[in-house]
Amino acid sequence: MSQSFEEISAQLKKRHRRSARMKWMTLGALILSAAFLVVFISDMVVRGWPAFQQAQIQVEVSYDEQSQKLPLAAVDEDVRPLISRGFFRPLPRKMEDNPALMDTTQTQWVIADSRVDQYLKGNEDRLRPADKETLENLVEEGRADLKFNTTFFTTGDSKMPEMAGIASAAIGTVMTMLVTMAVCFPIGVMTAVYLEEFAPDNKLTQIIEININNLAAVPSILFGLLGLAVYISFFGVPRSSPLVGGLTLALMTLPVIIISTRAALRSVPDSIRHAAFGVGCSRWQVVRDHVLPVSLPGILTGSIIGLAQAMGETAPLIIVGMVAFIPDASLSITGASTVMPAQIFTWASEPNSAFAEKTAGGILVLLAVLIFLNALAVWLRNKFERRW
Amino acid sequence: MNDTTLQNFQTQQDSSTASEEAVRHYSDAPTPDKGQPVTRNESVEENLSVRVRDLSLWYGEHQALNDISIDIFANTVTALIGPSGCGKSTFLRCLNRMNDLISSVRIKGLVEMDGHDVNARGMDEVALRRRVGMVFQKPNPFPKSIYENVAYAPRMHDMVSRKTDQDELVERALRDAGLWNEVKDKLHEPGTSLSGGQQQRLCIARAIAVQPDIILMDEPTSALDPISTATIEDLMDKLKKDFTIVTVTHNMQQAARVADYTAFFHLGDMIEYNATKQMFANPHTKKAEDYITGRYG
Amino acid sequence: MSMSIVFLLFCIALLVLGGVAFALSRAKATRVRASGMTMHAQPDQYAWFAVLATAGPALLVSALGAFALLLMGAEIPVLYLLTASLIIAVIGLAMGLSQVRPAFHARRAIEGVIRKLLAAAALISILTTLGILLSIINEALRFFQMQSFWDFVTGTTWNPGASFLSSAGRAEGGSAAQFGSIPLFAGTFMITLIAMLVAIPFGLGAAIYMVEFAPLYVRKTAKPVIEVLAGIPTVVYGVFAALTVAPLVVDIAGLFGLDASYSNALAPGLVMGIMIIPFISSLSDDVINSVPNSLREGALALGITKSEMVRNVVVPAAAPGIISASLLAVSRAMGETMIVVMAAGMRPNLTANPLEDMTTVTVSIVAALTGDQEFESAQTLSAFALGLVLFIVTLTLNVVSVFMIRRFREKYRVNNL
Repeated sequence: MSQSFEEISAQLKKRHRRSARMKWMTLGALILSAAFLVVFISDMVVRGWPAFQQAQIQVEVSYDEQSQKLPLAAVDEDVRPLISRGFFRPLPRKMEDNPALMDTTQTQWVIADSRVDQYLKGNEDRLRPADKETLENLVEEGRADLKFNTTFFTTGDSKMPEMAGIASAAIGTVMTMLVTMAVCFPIGVMTAVYLEEFAPDNKLTQIIEININNLAAVPSILFGLLGLAVYISFFGVPRSSPLVGGLTLALMTLPVIIISTRAALRSVPDSIRHAAFGVGCSRWQVVRDHVLPVSLPGILTGSIIGLAQAMGETAPLIIVGMVAFIPDASLSITGASTVMPAQIFTWASEPNSAFAEKTAGGILVLLAVLIFLNALAVWLRNKFERRW
Repeated sequence: MNDTTLQNFQTQQDSSTASEEAVRHYSDAPTPDKGQPVTRNESVEENLSVRVRDLSLWYGEHQALNDISIDIFANTVTALIGPSGCGKSTFLRCLNRMNDLISSVRIKGLVEMDGHDVNARGMDEVALRRRVGMVFQKPNPFPKSIYENVAYAPRMHDMVSRKTDQDELVERALRDAGLWNEVKDKLHEPGTSLSGGQQQRLCIARAIAVQPDIILMDEPTSALDPISTATIEDLMDKLKKDFTIVTVTHNMQQAARVADYTAFFHLGDMIEYNATKQMFANPHTKKAEDYITGRYG
Repeated sequence: MSMSIVFLLFCIALLVLGGVAFALSRAKATRVRASGMTMHAQPDQYAWFAVLATAGPALLVSALGAFALLLMGAEIPVLYLLTASLIIAVIGLAMGLSQVRPAFHARRAIEGVIRKLLAAAALISILTTLGILLSIINEALRFFQMQSFWDFVTGTTWNPGASFLSSAGRAEGGSAAQFGSIPLFAGTFMITLIAMLVAIPFGLGAAIYMVEFAPLYVRKTAKPVIEVLAGIPTVVYGVFAALTVAPLVVDIAGLFGLDASYSNALAPGLVMGIMIIPFISSLSDDVINSVPNSLREGALALGITKSEMVRNVVVPAAAPGIISASLLAVSRAMGETMIVVMAAGMRPNLTANPLEDMTTVTVSIVAALTGDQEFESAQTLSAFALGLVLFIVTLTLNVVSVFMIRRFREKYRVNNL
């Protein structure tokens, strides 16, 4: 006679405790992993948030003969050290372009110097005592304040932290991504279609398949070496250009697109192909009219994920020289350019601590774009996913 | 060899007397119908292994079992038959609470074993499964050696303390499952290296090694060739000496060959439950008759 | 006339020719068909064939010409090249038109071309790998002509900066460049080890919880979130490591009276581990999820508790897949660049103390290739030698991992891995 339930249950007590312990440990691993990432994101938000604000000062700017020659003379001497040099520099040009301004005095909010900005944000105090006094007075009068930082989104890199922005990096990213997708989307989809729908099952096909999987695992920096050795020194593509960066990233993104496109094609059941063959379609017609249309959402999802990956990539671009100092964006694909992650990298290595918040601010913008892209991909997949 | 045949013969003798007895009782019982439990008289009550009353089961909104009541007798083979989707496997899984693994399942009714309600809050399903073993449709040996496949659970249950005990237990289980002679020289090869029929017997050995009261078999031969099927059917016949066996089969000949009792399920209802001979010779219900004679299935 | 206008004109001419080819052959095919003859293909298919015949050879010729122009430095005036292409396009048009006859399988011809195009696209991936391999090997060989291979493999001092001095003729006694890569690999190994010590337990634990214990809704939310987090760029983790974790490590080490460098190996290792957690958990999740349920049921039906089942049945069954995921993660950690460039040191340092600063292979590659060295210098070329070793190591890890996942797949006949 076997044991009764009571006897067995008594024996099981210890084992159930151990079982529960394992459940809690694994849950702990999940929660801790999530916690790491929450800490990480909130750290970036805390560091990066101030970058979206910028100290501005309301001053009277006199546009006259003297300030045309010596822009610093346009404002009062005591507030002069508080104002960004980035404001003074373009003044003469501004007056030339707009003669109506000449010999007027205007009260306007201008960008404050980075030291003022940091002081108002409570970060560090590098102002001279006299300047600090002036500033305190201005603050009391409501003529100095932290305002939304539009400069950050409209300018390129600068040696003055208060004038540095992500615009040229963003434009560089867009150009580079255009090159990348223009190259790797057609090639990737074509390769996947060939391997999935046309290729005979022979040695060559197997080699291509193994090769694509290996390519996906090659460290990204090696693609940079390839770009440097092949594109730049062999083909003479201009260094630092979106063209060379885009081509380098295209090779890196290619396996991602191929693999996801193949998965999308494979999820189309054979019955659809058989039905189309049955009504007399040729192989290409089957692919074009029946297989590709239904697998398009999957292909797009994979491409967006590949795009997001390429957008965040930095290492190969450093190697092909895309960490340039680019104050003004250029729309040429062969001109020197930089991309957002490379801009973040550049700022992160600036010794001036005012750039730390720019770094984190740039990260927040980049993350927002990437999370948007990834969420778009997930949404696309969930909306159009078909269960056969 | 002769010994076993003789024994075999005797068990068959035993079981046939048992079923005749049951048939006798049926003659004065009201016509078995849905909701009307079939029981043997008081004198054999002690042989009762599982008592099921008004068992209903829902998968989400869909009701898969309707008020099933049945008595399963100890040391017999009970076969559950019926067309696919009739709820026979679902019912089987209620007996060792394997349905717990599906989160959308809701169960009402009584499944009583050894005086305990199996579905009661205080019932430990792990303890229940130790007393109610199970063999599945497709052989599922663990990715371990043949020896480990059998020894694993008893060791976890502290049933053996010494290595020699463990060896003995493995040998006994494999012998009982009729597999010993085939594997005794390769105990440390992976269980998956065996043929399908051997794997299924390994799974039976694995179940016996825990020494349960009941062994549930969910279409144990449907994935096997005819020769392996015959071996397993013989095995079931031998095993009922020590265990109560409940088996699901979609093969009526198999039910007729191995089972002492047969329950016919249809669309979540239990239509008829009777001694196998009675069921096949003279079914009480039209549906059972139609199914047995092959009108549908 | 500027170059871009010439190109524009060329493209317009080609488009017009294509359009003419389409219209003419379509009209001709329709006429032939209307005259009652049965044709092998539709008029549109003849038309498309004519377009292909017009544009295909012309584009091919101009591409080849451009290639020769750029690469071999051949002296072909661009104008001649483009004119030649246009002439070929016209010839192609005539040929295409002449093929509009009932016996011609226009559809089959088009499909043959498409098929070849697709196959050519597939070959590009091979070319890429060959390109990586050849370019790296080529430069690495040039490096080993300058420097001894033996010293590279066994040397314990990495001091490439001096090569600049010596090439400038300013080498002072005893300060010759040294390219002993052992300290770099030691640094890579140390940081990878730290990363794995973080990533494997956490990633695997999270995966086990999600597959075996989590209610469905937890799994459904956690999985996409983890996928999104796996897409965070490495430069962001680099900033996190350098700005937040490294000072933290120094402070904590200070509490124990230990002296840690601000570019210690621990900070990038830990952050890299965090970065790899989603990678491991998502791969292991797939693997554990594809362990057949019948094994779980088989174990539970024996009266085994859930965690015993996970530990003794599910994890061993998934082991090849989990090991494969871990190998991929190791390969990824070794090739990871941004975190170490930003947070690890620049000083090659052969030490077992993770609180000291160490440098890695990838950092040295970046260091060798940024700044304005000439391409031919030993320092620049050393990057390719390091890259070659990195390529071989990661490729080996990847091949082994593919082999293991294939074994797993064959064992349980799962196709979604």
